[in-house]
Amino acid sequence: MSYTFLQNYWWFLIALLGGLLVFLMFVQGANLHLGNRKLSDLQKRMILNSTGRKWELTFTTLVTFGGAFFASFPLFYSTSFGGAYWVWVLILITFVFQAVSYEFQNKKENLIGSQAFRVFLMANGLLAPLLIGTAVGTFFTGSDFTVNKIAITDPSGPVISTWGNGWHGLEALGNWHALLLGAAVLLLTAILGALYVINNVEDTTIIREMRRCIRVSIIPFLVFFLAWLTFLLMRPGFAVDETGAVSLVTGKYLSNFLQMPVVLILFLAGVILVLAGILPSGFGQSRKGIWFAGVGTVLTVMAIFFVAGYNGTAYYPSCTDLQSSLTIRNSSSSPFTLQVMFWVSLLIPFVVAYIAYAWHQMDKKKITDSEISSTEHKY
Amino acid sequence: MDVIVWSRIQFAMTAAYHWLFVPLTLGLALVMAVMETIYVIKKDDFWKKTAQFWMKIFAVNFAVGIATGIILEFEFGTNWSNYSWFVGDMFGAPLAIEGILAFFMEATFFAVMFFGWGKVGKRFHLVSTWLTGIGATISAYWILVANGWMQNPVGTTFNPETVRSEMASAAAFWEVISNPVAVSKFFHSITSGWVTGGVFVVGVSCWFLLHKRQQEFARKSILIGSIVGLVGSVAVMLSGDSSGIHAAEFQPMKLAAAEGLEDGGSRAAFTIVPGVKVPGMLSILATHDIDGFVPGINDILKGYTDNDGNVIPSVAEKMQRGRTALDALAAYRTLKDTDPEAAAAARALLDENVQYMGYGHLEKPEDVIPPVGVVFWAFRLMIGLGMLMLLELLVVGWLGWKDKLAGKRWLFFIAIACIPLVYICGQAGWIVAEVGRQPWTIQGLLPVNVAISSLSAGAVKTTFFLFLAIFSLFLIIEIRIMVGAIKKGPETPNE
Repeated sequence: MSYTFLQNYWWFLIALLGGLLVFLMFVQGANLHLGNRKLSDLQKRMILNSTGRKWELTFTTLVTFGGAFFASFPLFYSTSFGGAYWVWVLILITFVFQAVSYEFQNKKENLIGSQAFRVFLMANGLLAPLLIGTAVGTFFTGSDFTVNKIAITDPSGPVISTWGNGWHGLEALGNWHALLLGAAVLLLTAILGALYVINNVEDTTIIREMRRCIRVSIIPFLVFFLAWLTFLLMRPGFAVDETGAVSLVTGKYLSNFLQMPVVLILFLAGVILVLAGILPSGFGQSRKGIWFAGVGTVLTVMAIFFVAGYNGTAYYPSCTDLQSSLTIRNSSSSPFTLQVMFWVSLLIPFVVAYIAYAWHQMDKKKITDSEISSTEHKY
Repeated sequence: MDVIVWSRIQFAMTAAYHWLFVPLTLGLALVMAVMETIYVIKKDDFWKKTAQFWMKIFAVNFAVGIATGIILEFEFGTNWSNYSWFVGDMFGAPLAIEGILAFFMEATFFAVMFFGWGKVGKRFHLVSTWLTGIGATISAYWILVANGWMQNPVGTTFNPETVRSEMASAAAFWEVISNPVAVSKFFHSITSGWVTGGVFVVGVSCWFLLHKRQQEFARKSILIGSIVGLVGSVAVMLSGDSSGIHAAEFQPMKLAAAEGLEDGGSRAAFTIVPGVKVPGMLSILATHDIDGFVPGINDILKGYTDNDGNVIPSVAEKMQRGRTALDALAAYRTLKDTDPEAAAAARALLDENVQYMGYGHLEKPEDVIPPVGVVFWAFRLMIGLGMLMLLELLVVGWLGWKDKLAGKRWLFFIAIACIPLVYICGQAGWIVAEVGRQPWTIQGLLPVNVAISSLSAGAVKTTFFLFLAIFSLFLIIEIRIMVGAIKKGPETPNE
């Protein structure tokens, strides 16, 4: 196996994990609906118990996504996490609150009240997709950092990757192009959440409300997403040549789509599947939309990652110093490590199979109001 | 205080909180898996209710363990940027294995265990309960492979092209995953979790006996809890012994600090408390030979000859060679494209001195001495409390076995008091392991002052207090919920 193949392979897996993560953030999206005033407390608890059985998968995927970056592209891990400090810390804090909120919210000893924990779940539902989407948005706009490996020999300033400003990542919230992607991801997860609830919960009011939310969200989602896409195709991209030199090239991302037709097809198929999941559920009576929209989300996000990193593109560009930009060639682990991980990754289908089997067993019955009042283990 | 100190405080605090939740997860997982197994074999609903009670406690604790764990993982990147680049290639494979093999196993089967009663078959449920614990245990192995590598960095080559430690071959990978430090650390940590689980279950059960409630449940739980705890105690002592040998071999400064040993020698005495010494005992513990040489802090500073006849240079010399290596690295990287000959010479000089490169970052030789008082007393606290736990489990377990526990209120109080003590014991153990290896994030290769991110002290200070407030809030709520669940008791018919 060549080094190039292994680097490409691991970027493929990062893209896959990224796609799965956005899909699985239906948990976050569904929790946003806990703020819906037309739902009773019992109905909110039904939603809570429905997402409460899946949140660990989302959480584990996030951890694995971070871990996979650390393992396969450690320079990204050290540069972005250590540099865009506040964005990552904010994302983590919302997830930390989410992790305990399910278990804590329904206990009378929880000190700050059920409502507080539901607010934490909604805050996670709002901020996590928005910030993660915006962070991925900076993969195309660039960030303010420099990488200088020789710094480690300098006792007065030994850090290799340094961020250029004191905002440490929060400046991305003033980057309107990246924000457009953040907003699109936020609306998408809210829609995915509604689709998931429609599939998993047995309650006419809830399902009616979810369909209404989908109808309300679809237009703004498309506006944000298409606006982001249009500006992406028009903006200059960060190209890297065979010597590793990075330069700005007009229409780079458009030509990435055109020069990689498979990616273009993947992207279009993904978008069509997302719409095929959303429309019949929002405007019709379908309850299976989550499957189409889920697969569509994974494909679309993967295509976006491919456009960011393949075809001689710097996936984490620096606008301060073009040559500090991270590419899948200059930021990866060594050939041997990538190879070991390649063999380990062959176990992934086995892992997916047991997860699918376990959840098939668990989800045979949909969640009903009587279940919330009868089962012993519930949130 | 500067950013290095705040980064250390923040990481130490996160790790300490994480280790409040993990040992109980490891220990309770085994206790409840054994109980559910008995239920499936005997088909007695009593055991189902008993297992379910401990599962309820497990679930509250598990959530907070996950919450602190994710912060710990990402703090490698957020606060230890240089470190994560430097080690990324070494940890890549172990962490990928941890993620793929362990995390998903834990997450998936935890959900089945928690929600699956009545939805999946009895056997599938039992398998899920075991797999939750096994997943947690496998996860611990791989993260301790990473920690063990930081204590004893084997199987690595420094690559001046990428400026990091790299894993170059299958042999190197094998060295990393079979690192003796990692293996004994794994057994030590896992089995100390069993002790924690055992002491916790026994203590809570004694509370029920004290209040004359749920006596059948309490007695049976004491039996299982004390067996798990005792097996753990014995294994903790054995793995602790090999940890001592490894410290002597790979981290002599840690051992010297733990012993407060200024000047070493052969037939070195073991200090029980200051002023009380057992002659020759330290040599036996550290080298399994009464005539074995154990270097003290001053020996390490000045240089010495170890038991295999290797001459260990003084710290000052290591520092000088380390600086030579760093200068050669800088020269190599500047010259490699313009002057290949000079670059080759710089490279040769680097290779000659690279094993001491980490020392080149130190300011003075005394920097290699960890805070001796902290390590010394933490070590004694760990061993003393460990012995106490063993004794407690033996007495309560034995009397429980003979059914002679009734009315022994003093013993119930002791058993309850042991719950906080077992946590202090575990924390003390990690203080010995982690404070004892200061100033190194990676022994001999990367000291803390070059491992950090480029952040202001104020930023890290802010997140420190933020995380401290969040974790403390979670801990308080967790304890309140646990106490509430315990007061409510299991849903057994004999209340």
